[in-house]
Amino acid sequence: MTAINSTIPVPAKRQQSRAWKKMKRNRSALAGLIIVLFFAILAVTAPILPIADPIATSWGAIRKAPSAAHWLGTDDLGRDILSRMIYGAQASLMAGVVSVLIAVVIGVPFGLIAGYFGGWVDMVISRVTEALLAMPFLIMAIALAAFLGPSLTNAMIAIGLSAMPIFVRLTRGQVLAVKMEDYVEGARSIGLNHFDIMTRYILPNVFAPIIVQATLTVATAIIAEASLSFLGLGQQAPAPSWGSMLNTAKNFLSQAPWMTMWPGIAIFLVVIGFNLLGDGLRDALDPREA
Amino acid sequence: MPVYIGKRLLVAIPTLLIISIFVFSLQKLLPGDPVLAMAGEERDPATIEFLREKYRLNDPMPIQYLNWLGGVVTGDFGISLRTNQPVLELIGQKLPVTIQLAVMAMFFAMLIGIPIGILAAVKKNTWIDYTANIVALSGLSIPNFWLGIMLILLVSVQLGWLPASGYESIFVDPVRSLQTMIMPAFVLGNALAATLMRHTRSAMVAVLSSDYIRTARAKGLSPREIILSHSFRNALLPVITLLALLFGELLAGAVLTEQIFTIPGFGKMTVDAVFTRDYAVVQGIVLCTAVGFILMNLLADIAYVLLNPRLRATI
Repeated sequence: MTAINSTIPVPAKRQQSRAWKKMKRNRSALAGLIIVLFFAILAVTAPILPIADPIATSWGAIRKAPSAAHWLGTDDLGRDILSRMIYGAQASLMAGVVSVLIAVVIGVPFGLIAGYFGGWVDMVISRVTEALLAMPFLIMAIALAAFLGPSLTNAMIAIGLSAMPIFVRLTRGQVLAVKMEDYVEGARSIGLNHFDIMTRYILPNVFAPIIVQATLTVATAIIAEASLSFLGLGQQAPAPSWGSMLNTAKNFLSQAPWMTMWPGIAIFLVVIGFNLLGDGLRDALDPREA
Repeated sequence: MPVYIGKRLLVAIPTLLIISIFVFSLQKLLPGDPVLAMAGEERDPATIEFLREKYRLNDPMPIQYLNWLGGVVTGDFGISLRTNQPVLELIGQKLPVTIQLAVMAMFFAMLIGIPIGILAAVKKNTWIDYTANIVALSGLSIPNFWLGIMLILLVSVQLGWLPASGYESIFVDPVRSLQTMIMPAFVLGNALAATLMRHTRSAMVAVLSSDYIRTARAKGLSPREIILSHSFRNALLPVITLLALLFGELLAGAVLTEQIFTIPGFGKMTVDAVFTRDYAVVQGIVLCTAVGFILMNLLADIAYVLLNPRLRATI
């Protein structure tokens, strides 16, 4: 087996380290990575950070401007905005990552099968993908979330399913490009079954563009989650989410503008972080851009 | 050409059928039995049975689908629970508002995206190019609805220059109509401008490095002439296709934009339908946007052929 593994053109490990070197030189990608890590660490450590309870209301501190006691101010129910922002990061990042995982886990196998087997299987999968792509992403997500019922979990499912066809199409195209390569032919000639060929020889070699697309889709998914929560179809009160915070904040625009500022800035930063990271990964992993 | 269009329409039919199956199955996702909700508190078995017969819910699923599809094909998308209007009529009423918004947004997108895209390509790898790239990335990363809220805060609340919400038909009061639409159109156009800029840039970069541009330079044409009449006309082709592909994004963006600026269009109707559980309307919306998207793609392909003499000869 080891002898056959070495027929892969560039061993995965060497490719990774080369990509990492290129990434490190790319300052904007590094900035993206730092932004993403910053929010991820905040989200993960939220329960142990010395911050207020995100859903504890205080009638004595309603809509207070940022101060030493409340760094980012308080909202219409006197809740600490800093704390709600940090817990909101949990909701946003989780929604972004989980929905993209759903899209990848469903989309990539279908794309693999369509590209690998071709014929009528490919015809059916491609047609369905085309049809799903004809429905605008956000409208489909809104419709799905509406029919599934409003909750963060359902929003993630809705976003994931809406993003899924992108991965089917991408994977299928990549598989078509590599399935005639010699190492696939070699694997076939020694009698490996279809499943092994697909998972051990094709998938590793089409994975780079999928990672890039997944990173960029996390950015889209985070905006989509914020949009759904803003419309009331995502995270439900009183649990915090940046989108639902903005929904409340728009009713207090002139009285408490800071309520609007923070969630918007946070969404913007996280999304630009994932976009920079995705662009950087594309440059690092794409051999054509050498 | 008619043969080409006919072929393309034929290819769209299976796609449309798959979409219709998806839209039909949406209602089966609904938790609970709609008939029980309609039958009211008593849940009289006779009433329930009557309702089941009336809505043909006793038929097997494929028959239910065909019944529904038969209605859809003849323009019967069902009745809105909220307004008691036929769904298609309701969509027809709201669409002109969104079309005005979309056209104005597209205007903003082209006004911002195309010149910056050309400039970035001409000044490739200079600080102008890098700045344009950062601006485009920011435009893509800023949540539309937040940009809308911030503009309301700045322009309407602080400065008092433009109304924060409301809508007036352009045929009744054009000035007021433009005043209420400028901000929403800018917000909606912003994200498109970023996409448009990136595509214009890469199309221009490709064209600028081609042989005929070198020839144009060699024969001493002014840079202005080279960029506008030789390069841009050719770079325009992929950009036109992109405009059609952005149609879906435009409609989806309109949902949030109209919600924020309370514009009574297609997008606002979508949100209202979702919250009043007006499911027939939601289904109609998904179906109509998908059909619209497919038509826009067809138009883009036709425009592509018409604008490209080399392709025209092959058809």
